[in-house]
Amino acid sequence: MSGGIHRGLYSRYARRYAPLVTMPTTATSPTAKHVGGTPTHALGDVTASDSTLRRFLHGLPGVDAVGLEARAASLGTRSIKTTAKAYAIDLAISMVDLTTLEGADTPGKVRALGAKAVHPDPTDRTTPTTAAVCVYPDMVATAKEAVAGSGVKVASVATAFPAGRAALDVKLADVRDAVAAGADEVDMVIDRGAFLAGNYMKVYDEIVAVKGTCGTKARLKVIFETGELSTYDNIRRASWLGMLAGADFIKTSTGKVAVNATPANTLLMLEAVRDFRAQTGVQVGVKPAGGIRTSKDAIKFLVLVNETAGADWLDNHWFRFGASSLLNDLLMQRQKLATGRYSGPDYVTVD
Amino acid sequence: MSEKTEKTGQRLPVFKTYKLYVGGKFPRSESGRVYEVTDSKDKWLANAPLSSRKDARDAVVAARKAFGGWSGATAYNRGQILYRVAEMLEGRKDQFVREVADAEGLSKSKAAAQVDAAIDRWVWYAGWTDKIAQVVGGGNPVAGPFFNLSTPEPTGVVVVLAPQKSSFLGLVSVIAPVIATGNTVIVAASEKSPLPALSLGEVLATSDVPGGVVNVLSGRTAEIATPLAAHQDVNAIDLAGADEVLAKELEIAAADNLKRVIRPQAVDYTETPGIERLTAFLETKTVWHPTGALGASGSSY
Repeated sequence: MSGGIHRGLYSRYARRYAPLVTMPTTATSPTAKHVGGTPTHALGDVTASDSTLRRFLHGLPGVDAVGLEARAASLGTRSIKTTAKAYAIDLAISMVDLTTLEGADTPGKVRALGAKAVHPDPTDRTTPTTAAVCVYPDMVATAKEAVAGSGVKVASVATAFPAGRAALDVKLADVRDAVAAGADEVDMVIDRGAFLAGNYMKVYDEIVAVKGTCGTKARLKVIFETGELSTYDNIRRASWLGMLAGADFIKTSTGKVAVNATPANTLLMLEAVRDFRAQTGVQVGVKPAGGIRTSKDAIKFLVLVNETAGADWLDNHWFRFGASSLLNDLLMQRQKLATGRYSGPDYVTVD
Repeated sequence: MSEKTEKTGQRLPVFKTYKLYVGGKFPRSESGRVYEVTDSKDKWLANAPLSSRKDARDAVVAARKAFGGWSGATAYNRGQILYRVAEMLEGRKDQFVREVADAEGLSKSKAAAQVDAAIDRWVWYAGWTDKIAQVVGGGNPVAGPFFNLSTPEPTGVVVVLAPQKSSFLGLVSVIAPVIATGNTVIVAASEKSPLPALSLGEVLATSDVPGGVVNVLSGRTAEIATPLAAHQDVNAIDLAGADEVLAKELEIAAADNLKRVIRPQAVDYTETPGIERLTAFLETKTVWHPTGALGASGSSY
């Protein structure tokens, strides 16, 4: 019928969702007609116009909410103990984007955070460093100095974080500042208002513009603020939209709204990056952020990654935790494994 | 048939599920285990939860969380709440008399005397909450233009191994002084007779004591106490219910983060207790406060 790549994607979905899809997905995939025309990836033509993009995004199969939540919950029941737990904790520490995004951030606090990212547990130098510190653009230079020479990256939120309500020029200036100050990664927020209004092309163009401004200097994480997207269908569409626009990472949330990363919405995004790579050969990272506070939760997310996207994503180049208090719990669990005694908050830094 | 049942007054027995009291809630043991509790003549009374080290860990988290609010409450307020506990106990006296009689093999009148003494002990300690600072704190004369004030402050999270024999009066005598001064407590109930302790949890839950201030665990004392004695977030441990061998082991583990330790000692819980147990888990904070410039007359007034 249609092209092989097209069938690859749809038969995957068809197999998994066919009995469960409640909304008929009558729209034919635009890729069917245009596959092979683009040099970057097979879905290049999807974004040729507003209508092709809309047809593609609305042609994605509906999400079975009950099934998704049940799957996420069942993967959360795995028992990870002893050496596997030690491995998971070290991996999780190496994936943490240690974050401070407060109005009250001072250079001193950012320096302290940088020191903590480089040596999470000063009493045990075998502890891995965190992946990055994540700060506001005006703190990038300070953060860069604090982590210099350690391999810890500096991520900066940008584009009028967290609301994203500003003109494109302002957003791009924000990104330019961050990149110029030396940010290795930029966390942008999408325009949720435009997305919810169905103005997908506007969202797409913004991401492309930000990606262009980042250039090759900084990797781009795109924050969808899943707590504001209302439905799982929207999260799936946003994920594909972000990936089509060239995101290096797709990220759940800002941490500034009531509902942040949940196992279910992270699972959904992991399915999206897996399918995107199967379709286009391009690998995209995932970053759940906000609300992950305990080692137990973090390990559940790692199980989701391994079982959904696969072991290729079990690396801090492809998976991150946006968190601050999580690190302390991971360190306390690490100390417990090393000494056999339960540790307490007196033995980690309070930030 | 049903008529006959009604006439003879027979009812199906309604057994009570005894549960732990942790963080103001009544969970079962995380491990799902229970053990059989018998009276002094080995007759089965009930199943009690057999706590694991993870229950102990959860209890520490709950106690630590409650510490800020409880230690920050005014002493007067703590006194009112402890008195409220006594009021609630008074209302459920019959239940406690029955449980204590079963647990310790006492006659009803002797058990009632124990429960009365326990209630009176709550009242006694409730009175102490806002007086202990006057007894062990105060202004110190110093050679300089300073006010020098010592005030007692609670130690933090305290683990108490309840006395094994005196299942209720002994229990109250070790818990009440700890929380009266603003500490929060994790108590390992008497291994053989935990039921009065587990029922006390129900009383505490209904007497304005914030959740997490008192946490009651039942099970093997050694199994619960070992991880707690080594726990880095526990500040003190009262070994009242430990035997000699266990006490030594726990004391060694407790030394790691310099916990305050009360060694097991022979105590007659019917006696007036004195204030040793109140002061055992207090720390003294001393502040130097400048009096201000002294004028030529030697006084700033």
